[in-house]
Amino acid sequence: MSAFDVQRVREDFPLLRQEVRGRPLVYLDSAATAQKPQAVIDAIVRFYEHDNANVHRGVHVLSERATEAYEGARETVREFINARDAREIVFVRGTTEAINLVAQTYGRKNVGPGDEVLITHMEHHANIVPWRMLCEQTGATLRVIPVDDRGELVLDAVDALLTEKTRILAVTHVSNALGTVNPVKELTRKAHAKGIPVLVDGAQSVTHFPVDVQDLGCDFYAFSGHKMFGPTGIGVLYGRLERLESMPPYQGGGDMILSVTMEKITYNRVPHRFEAGTPNLEGAVGLAAAIRYLRGLGMGAIAEHDRALMAYGTQVLESVPGLRLVGTAREKAGVLSFVLEDIHPHDVGTILDREGICIRTGHHCAQPVMQHFKVPATARASLALYNTREDVDALVRGLHKVREVFG
Amino acid sequence: MSSGSDDLKDLYQEVVLEHSKRPRNFRVVEGANREAAGHNPLCGDQLSVTMKVEGDVIRDIGFQGQGCAISRASASLMTGAVKDKSKAEAEALFELVHKLVTEGPESVDVEALGKMAVLSGVSEFPARVKCASLAWHTMRAALEGRDEAVSTE
Repeated sequence: MSAFDVQRVREDFPLLRQEVRGRPLVYLDSAATAQKPQAVIDAIVRFYEHDNANVHRGVHVLSERATEAYEGARETVREFINARDAREIVFVRGTTEAINLVAQTYGRKNVGPGDEVLITHMEHHANIVPWRMLCEQTGATLRVIPVDDRGELVLDAVDALLTEKTRILAVTHVSNALGTVNPVKELTRKAHAKGIPVLVDGAQSVTHFPVDVQDLGCDFYAFSGHKMFGPTGIGVLYGRLERLESMPPYQGGGDMILSVTMEKITYNRVPHRFEAGTPNLEGAVGLAAAIRYLRGLGMGAIAEHDRALMAYGTQVLESVPGLRLVGTAREKAGVLSFVLEDIHPHDVGTILDREGICIRTGHHCAQPVMQHFKVPATARASLALYNTREDVDALVRGLHKVREVFG
Repeated sequence: MSSGSDDLKDLYQEVVLEHSKRPRNFRVVEGANREAAGHNPLCGDQLSVTMKVEGDVIRDIGFQGQGCAISRASASLMTGAVKDKSKAEAEALFELVHKLVTEGPESVDVEALGKMAVLSGVSEFPARVKCASLAWHTMRAALEGRDEAVSTE
């Protein structure tokens, strides 16, 4: 496809062709979970119809095919984020499990009393709670990079917060509540200058622009399948090979061992050491199909579409009387978060829903950042590659309706 | 089947909007001898209820906190409805309101509900039932002297 044709893209997503509440569906909640193109749905069906068997242990043809599909998916993910080696790709359930894995393996091994873990004030709960738990388990302290009123990290504070006590920096690439794109390459450079490893939460970034983990230089990168048009229950932890190899196992069970006797266990090599039990085979197959779909459209073209739609959305939303955008960072992707004067986001959400418009309302599992902006919740419209200017126009019409109801 | 707009009018009735904009008894009761906090972790709504109970009767009741129009209106109406009622009467009203917002107006004696009947539209919006019942759960916790925070989850 030469130019990005959003109408053609929409045809790839069967779910979008429906009416809800008697109106054409307007789906603006892809930051929560994205819809699936036919190619992903077909890949999963095909796997079940032809290739399903367990991996890594069968000697029969189906097991060989399933193993090939699963390990092939690993290679597809490697290419997608430009990792050096497929062994750097660990399949997990999602971003949340990826971060917990690092906290409970790397963290438990390397963090002790008096040490510090550094995060930011705009993290999703998934990149706060596992570190808070680690601190409680080890006696370490959680430190936080502050956020300014635009919703950008206060970078001047970073140098002082990265100390000889810091054991890891965990930062989101794109804020799910504000849309802010963080300068993770620069942050990684600063942290590495002091020998501190960096984990990046990429749950909201991999769908909006190209991600190159070698260019970013980070040690860990975590993301989920379901937010990038793939299935739920599958996600990825990228880890630099030398980091992963130095980490103890996560969960124990089948496939993560080389041999077990009642006296001695030899753990498997990376990445299998971190993939105990039967993995989510169809999830990996579906994720690989989603990546092939994204590559077919071109991440550059997708990023361009996102930029144009974000600019348009920002402009038309600001024209709604009484509307205030929460998060006005100079670099944003995919997320338009806002409050309407004197009207609670839940009331906004309910009225929009009756117009067939799906948005998210609430604290978006990012309560600290809500507290920073002194709002209990926001209404969040999140954009994906299948959204159009018409979707944004419908949102604006819906918001006028909200104001009408509340007189 | 009613259209989306009719449902909305049932939900956001004038009395509901009016109570949400100007909630009654939005204060801490002076000399309160009962209190409880309630929150809905799903939306971040939080409110507190304070009461002065004499013998078996709720002599005064107030609430404070933040929430959507439905939760504010419900809290405002609730304080008016249970004031000067006995514990048993307040409990009975709670049961009626709960039935109203979960099962709809046909399921209850609307007369017995008094002003609370304006919440009848909530039953068409299952996602909003918790908003309507948070104040009531919190009131009941205060009445029973439970001091742990009430959660709708």
